Amino acid sequence: MSTTIYIPNDSSAISLGANRVAKAIQQEAAKRGIELNIVRNGSRGLYWLEPLIEVATANGRVAYGPVQVSDVTSLFDANFTQAGSHPLNLGVTEEISYFKKQQRLTFARVGKTDPVSLEDYLANEGYRGLSNALKLPAADIVKAVTDSGLRGRGGAAFPTGIKWNTVLNTPSEQKYIICNADEGDSGTFSDRMVMEGDPFVLIEGMTIAGIAVGATQGFIYLRVEYPHAHIALNTAITKAYAAGYLGDNIQGSGKKFDLEVRLGAGAYVCGEETSLMESLEGKRGLVRFKPPLPAISGLFGKPTVVNNVISLASVPIILDKGGEFYRDFGMGRSRGTLPLQLAGNIKHPGLVEVGFGLTLRELLYEYGGGSASGRPIRAVQVGGPLGAYLPESQFDTPLDYEAFAANWTVLGHGGVVVFDDTVDMAQMAKYSMEFCAVESCGKCTPCRIGSTRGYELLDDIIQGHDLEKNIPLLRSLCDTLLNGSLCALGGMTPYPVLSALNHFPEDFGLSKQKNAA
Amino acid sequence: MSGPGAIQSTVLDVIAALKDKPGALLPILHGIQDALGYIPPESVPEIAKALNLSRAEVHGVISFYHYFRETPPGNTTVHLCRAESCQAMGSLALEAHVKNKLGIDFHETTADGQFSLEPVYCLGNCACSPALQIGDEIYGRVTNASFDEIIATQEESA
Ligand SMILES: Cc1cc2nc3c(=O)[nH]c(=O)nc-3n(C[C@H](O)[C@H](O)[C@H](O)COP(=O)(O)O)c2cc1C
Ligand code: SF4
Ligand code: FES
Repeated sequence: MSTTIYIPNDSSAISLGANRVAKAIQQEAAKRGIELNIVRNGSRGLYWLEPLIEVATANGRVAYGPVQVSDVTSLFDANFTQAGSHPLNLGVTEEISYFKKQQRLTFARVGKTDPVSLEDYLANEGYRGLSNALKLPAADIVKAVTDSGLRGRGGAAFPTGIKWNTVLNTPSEQKYIICNADEGDSGTFSDRMVMEGDPFVLIEGMTIAGIAVGATQGFIYLRVEYPHAHIALNTAITKAYAAGYLGDNIQGSGKKFDLEVRLGAGAYVCGEETSLMESLEGKRGLVRFKPPLPAISGLFGKPTVVNNVISLASVPIILDKGGEFYRDFGMGRSRGTLPLQLAGNIKHPGLVEVGFGLTLRELLYEYGGGSASGRPIRAVQVGGPLGAYLPESQFDTPLDYEAFAANWTVLGHGGVVVFDDTVDMAQMAKYSMEFCAVESCGKCTPCRIGSTRGYELLDDIIQGHDLEKNIPLLRSLCDTLLNGSLCALGGMTPYPVLSALNHFPEDFGLSKQKNAA
Repeated sequence: MSGPGAIQSTVLDVIAALKDKPGALLPILHGIQDALGYIPPESVPEIAKALNLSRAEVHGVISFYHYFRETPPGNTTVHLCRAESCQAMGSLALEAHVKNKLGIDFHETTADGQFSLEPVYCLGNCACSPALQIGDEIYGRVTNASFDEIIATQEESA
């Protein structure tokens, strides 16, 4: 009987050599006359151990990692296909504490199954949510999502059920579901992992959304930087059509839902929902004024649901296990789980899906194991390039939307980027202004011009020029951005800039007391 | 390899295949850039005509998006991540090394037409920072030495 070996097809695992390892294992097995069944799975998200390969055994899957091509001969010598002992043997994968401590709901299948196998998906609780949804009146589907407490995972944390309800109650002969798969935030990769590692869960979530609000066409707006996700999504969509999970008559229900992937073109602002719709319509990605809300007048002027990948991928389990099941995870008004992404200078980078409420410190040290360099962690940026930097004194903040907002910080899409004590926070602030200048859509003057002005000001400050004048100027410029921007690109660039200045004044040539005054 | 006639017929084929999609402009631009590596200026009037837009509108869209280019790239494009997670893992030093090694700055192509260098703001490979993309391949935990190795194999296979 042949042994089943799992080698991730996840693009980060590939970036560390997973394809070369797969080839070497295949060749070595052929040479030794060992029969292997190689499955290319998603990543378990334990990235410091990638390429992490697994062997199926009677006692569960056993992991080896990080595996390089040069380890392959010794792995065979150690009989790894029978889970033999080897310095890289990590034991049973699901017993590794980083993994075991997590609460994987949205990521239940990622890393476990063959991402593009519909049979695997069905054998692992896939399409049970849709099957329930098809038996419910539309309003009850929306109610289940409302009851779950799910809030948008793309950044703004708006309640998903309320958004869906508006679209449901706006009559129109045509409505749309858009999945925002632009994932432009640096330090984030959870959308990518789902699309590469379990594309059917996103397709199922969008199909349920379509049936719930009466939309028959869906678009996935995918960033062009994700070619592997593009292939996985298109492969899964083709299979879903062939098996009657997409198309004119979904599972014989008479309900229709079509789905297409569209590629972005490297503009960060196109992750903003109205800019995204402009882009889908074939235009420059200029942000629209709101109102009208996209839920009332969105893509091509029709009622449109725009949701993040993780929001939509969380819907199937809610419809399968019920809103209460999901709502029982989390704290306060942040219900369910959040897939956190640990990145930057951290010993154990990866994906950590847990209920809201864990503290940042627990995440950084109990999961992350401290910095990769071994030096003290000095600053952590949470929530992408528009998120604030947190100093040590804020590490006990629980990961919860309201607790973060109370600190003038943002949880956003759950990206956590760690810096050790070699970081220069004035340089980071300057970079934030530069990023805003590069990515501005140009519609508002403060963002278009102010960002370049801010970059120049910070350059002056870094060179120690006229701090008495330049620091107040920087603060007043940030005020203008905060109050005079149409969207969060201009409106939130002050978060990283001012948090850097307020918490790390010494990097700007100021003494701590002087800055507070 | 592809003369003006071949370019023209590629452009027309792409337009014909995609022009009836709702919001066809981006798919058409992607189709042309996938086939030719860039969007030749002479394709703008054809696109404008097919979609009933002005040339200025088509041009405005091309120039809005960082990914679209109007000049041919080198044989291999290096996309180097400049964003925060990669910075936290030393991407600034890597960036200096890459520019020095290739002898070009961002948005430039080497004199021999071998390499182009472009900045990118996150490749979603932040758990393996610093990251870059060379051709279609993404690389993680890149060091100066590993960059040199990858580049050497690219040059061999070219
Ligand atoms: C500049 C900017 C960039 C954004 N980028 C993204 C993105 O890449 N992905 C995303 O889901 N939401 C992004 N958003 C948030 C969207 O505008 C929108 O709130 C979200 O797609 C709604 O989905 P959700 O409710 O499921 O979060 C961005 C917002 C702004 C202002
Ligand atoms: S804040 Fe900047 S990106 Fe946002 S709408 Fe205004 S100019 Fe465009
Ligand atoms: S910040 Fe460089 S890959 Fe994400």
